[in-house]
Amino acid sequence: MSSPSLSSPAVGDFSPEAFAAHLAALPADVPVWWIERKRAAYARFTDLPMPGPTDEAWRFSSRETLTLAGFAPVTATPVAGAAAAARDAAVPALFSVADATASLTFGDDRLVARQALPADLASRGVVVATLQEALRSHPDVLREHFLSQPQKLGSEKFSSLHAAFVQDGAFILVPKGVEVTAPIVVTHASAGAGTAVFPHTLVILGEQARATVVDAFVSPDATAPAGPRAGAFACGANDLYVSHGAQLTYVAAQRWSLDTLSFQLNSTIVRRDARVQSLNLHLGGRQARHESLSQLQAPGAFSEMLAVTVAADAQDFDQRTLQIHQAPHTKSDLLYKNALLDRARTTFSGLIVVDPDAQKTDAYQSNRNLMLSDDAEANSLPGLEIQANDVRCTHGATSSRIDPQQMFYLEARGVTPAKARELLVFGFFEEVLNRLEHEGLHESLRQLIATRFH
Amino acid sequence: MNAASTLEPAVPETAAVENPAVGIDQSVGDFTYDVKYDFDAGTGLTENTVRYISAVKKEAPWILDFRLKALQTFLDKPMPTHWATGDLENIHFDKIRYYLAQGQKPKRTWEEVPDDIKRTFERLGIPEQERKFLAGVEAQFDSEAAYSNIKDIVAKQGVIFANSTEALREHPEIFRKFFGKVIPTGDNKFSALNSAVFSGGSFIYVPKGVKVAQPLQAYFRINAENFGQFERTLIIADEGSEVTYMEGCTAPKFSTSTLHSAVVELVALKGAKIQYITVQNWAPNVFNLVTKRGVAHEDAEIKWIDCNIGSRLTMKYPGVVLKGRRARGEVISIALANDGQHQDTGAKMIHAADETTSTIISKSISVGQGRATYRGQVHIPRRLKGCKNNTECDALLINTNSRTDTYPAITVRGDSHAVQHEASVSKVNEEQIFYMQQRGLTEGQAMSLAVNGFVNDLVRQFPMEYSVELKRLIDLEMEGSVG
Repeated sequence: MSSPSLSSPAVGDFSPEAFAAHLAALPADVPVWWIERKRAAYARFTDLPMPGPTDEAWRFSSRETLTLAGFAPVTATPVAGAAAAARDAAVPALFSVADATASLTFGDDRLVARQALPADLASRGVVVATLQEALRSHPDVLREHFLSQPQKLGSEKFSSLHAAFVQDGAFILVPKGVEVTAPIVVTHASAGAGTAVFPHTLVILGEQARATVVDAFVSPDATAPAGPRAGAFACGANDLYVSHGAQLTYVAAQRWSLDTLSFQLNSTIVRRDARVQSLNLHLGGRQARHESLSQLQAPGAFSEMLAVTVAADAQDFDQRTLQIHQAPHTKSDLLYKNALLDRARTTFSGLIVVDPDAQKTDAYQSNRNLMLSDDAEANSLPGLEIQANDVRCTHGATSSRIDPQQMFYLEARGVTPAKARELLVFGFFEEVLNRLEHEGLHESLRQLIATRFH
Repeated sequence: MNAASTLEPAVPETAAVENPAVGIDQSVGDFTYDVKYDFDAGTGLTENTVRYISAVKKEAPWILDFRLKALQTFLDKPMPTHWATGDLENIHFDKIRYYLAQGQKPKRTWEEVPDDIKRTFERLGIPEQERKFLAGVEAQFDSEAAYSNIKDIVAKQGVIFANSTEALREHPEIFRKFFGKVIPTGDNKFSALNSAVFSGGSFIYVPKGVKVAQPLQAYFRINAENFGQFERTLIIADEGSEVTYMEGCTAPKFSTSTLHSAVVELVALKGAKIQYITVQNWAPNVFNLVTKRGVAHEDAEIKWIDCNIGSRLTMKYPGVVLKGRRARGEVISIALANDGQHQDTGAKMIHAADETTSTIISKSISVGQGRATYRGQVHIPRRLKGCKNNTECDALLINTNSRTDTYPAITVRGDSHAVQHEASVSKVNEEQIFYMQQRGLTEGQAMSLAVNGFVNDLVRQFPMEYSVELKRLIDLEMEGSVG
């Protein structure tokens, strides 16, 4: 590969030297294709410019605060011995899932704890492993599915950066016909303070398989106030591949520290008669961009895309979604709800694309913003691109405050204004959370949201 | 098809067919006359073109200066293809004629209008009685108004109704203050182009408290191959006044591309009401790139009723800047995109004062491989109270390969506003078509009826003669869309 020329776009601290150090720190036995992909991704990263003012995928985004400087990829500064042990012990659980089937916990992209699968599931071929393990045990599956989908939502540069520096992550495989009822939990923790992490989760469900997967993103200093500039960097990706007739529930809860610059790039493939329900809870970060791409590739595919965001202080959340209907008789249903407090800012940009011949598509997209502060700003860009006529496609976007009549009703019954407001905000979110079937997860998410209000 | 013949009149042989469904002549708007142009700026756009136009119009130096600065802005600005269609690259600015006029002064009476121009208007399908009834027709033939008689009637109320050249020459004290202020030259590449080469269009001033009973009308025609038409319209409604302006377009079909790029500025002062109605039916080779915006002051109301049926590519997003408290803005948009057409239309609502309200209702129909796009912007900035917006976009897709897009952008700051956007995409109800066919209608007639039903509640808001014209145009466009 060539080193970037003087005129190359910003690489920040992700310099050729840092990348060389990252490659040097990889285990000696990683496959050649893995290293080649990383090299290609790094070259792509250096070739691509930072988002520009005429870049439609970044309309309304706070581009001026995007930076790649001030962070070091953790792999370039390995910590050893007692320091590592102390750090590992400090990785907090974002929330507990009492009945977890298995879990993996990563601290700065290194596995620090795990709860193994029950023997019966393992014997039926279920795999909950790290990427590093999967590189050896399932190289072909990994090679086929790892970051194999196109980036269509504007962050190809950051996706390339992720591919170049990704160190480890979760690899979850549920074979044909196997049902895993209790959640598989993956926690990605960042030590914060100048570090860059690249969390990765890959979920593959075989035909007729069922599973629930939870991704949790957390910094130990989640409540530390944001400084004048981003102090930590997280650039994660999660790919979900759901085969014919399979059903996946995917929950991602993000509570990075308030000084984190975060990117989370999702790609979901839904095959014939398969169902995916994904729910993203966004609480942390100083500036957090989330991209979610659902491709409905075969008849009967259904993707339910849900999100709840609490935007407070001066947080900036940027959510970009794309529902692509590539086959007839497919369905997608998106509901993104934001509550905005203080000086927070949110951007929702969603697009439903119906390909020619994807007749009988049923697509819905809804963005609801609850304005709780006079200084908050909500941007909505709900879009449609329809190229087939026998479809049912609708979208809606609203921005409004708490209904004064509802406040009055509660206050008239002796509820304090603060409590009444909280109840109504939770009522606003409940429409999304209610769609989760798993009671325990529902309750955990509620409690997690409550921490952002107290 | 090649319609530009020197025969007099030149009617393409394929077009002279009666439409059995509605009994109107399909060749409407499908002809051209050989007209001798006294003034012609030639093709291409340079500083000399701009100086030539300004000299012919005997303009004040400040206008020439304005034009020259605009030309530079136009040349400096890139094509907005990062968000707009790449079809814009197919405009060949060097092959366009930027100014043509017959060198005649606007006519006062019908008798003074030259016979060949009269024939053009006849072919537009305006019956004789209606022409007399529509006493307020300010008809524009190419760059200069060729016919006008409403002027004298409204002049008695103190209303100034003139073309842009005349208004800027005779009433600079009224028009200069607002000219280019609602839509600055640099607003976009095409508003800059218009500012450099504008001619024709209507300048209207309605004095305080005057309610103009008759709608003011202007029919625009393009009648020269490769000819760009750059009207400039400025309407000022002084405090408490009311005015309705109507603009309708048909154009001959030409084989090479034609550019139409108008700028329309409206100013509704305190408590005034302006309603601006457009029926756009340019030929399917016309690029129609229009900037339309109004400023509504306290308690004022601006309503755009915008219907787009013709052209190859229309890009038009009528806007209202709600500048005064309790100002109201409304856009009603109907678009019909047939094979080879792209109707990229929408609305902009910029709230800039407390308790301002805006409404956008857009309905589009895509036929064959036509593409209809809604693009909208609603903006409520910081520190405002009690603003409301309601937006509804409905798209109807007729054929399996029809296309529609929706791209709204909504910004809301603060916790005292209510903003709502809804959009839906659907096809014609098969049961309705079946029901109508059971009762003896052909599939085409049934489809036409269903489409008219889809837009009916909006069409009813048009003045009667426009809604009749609109229904006919929809019937024409729907022909051959099925089967």
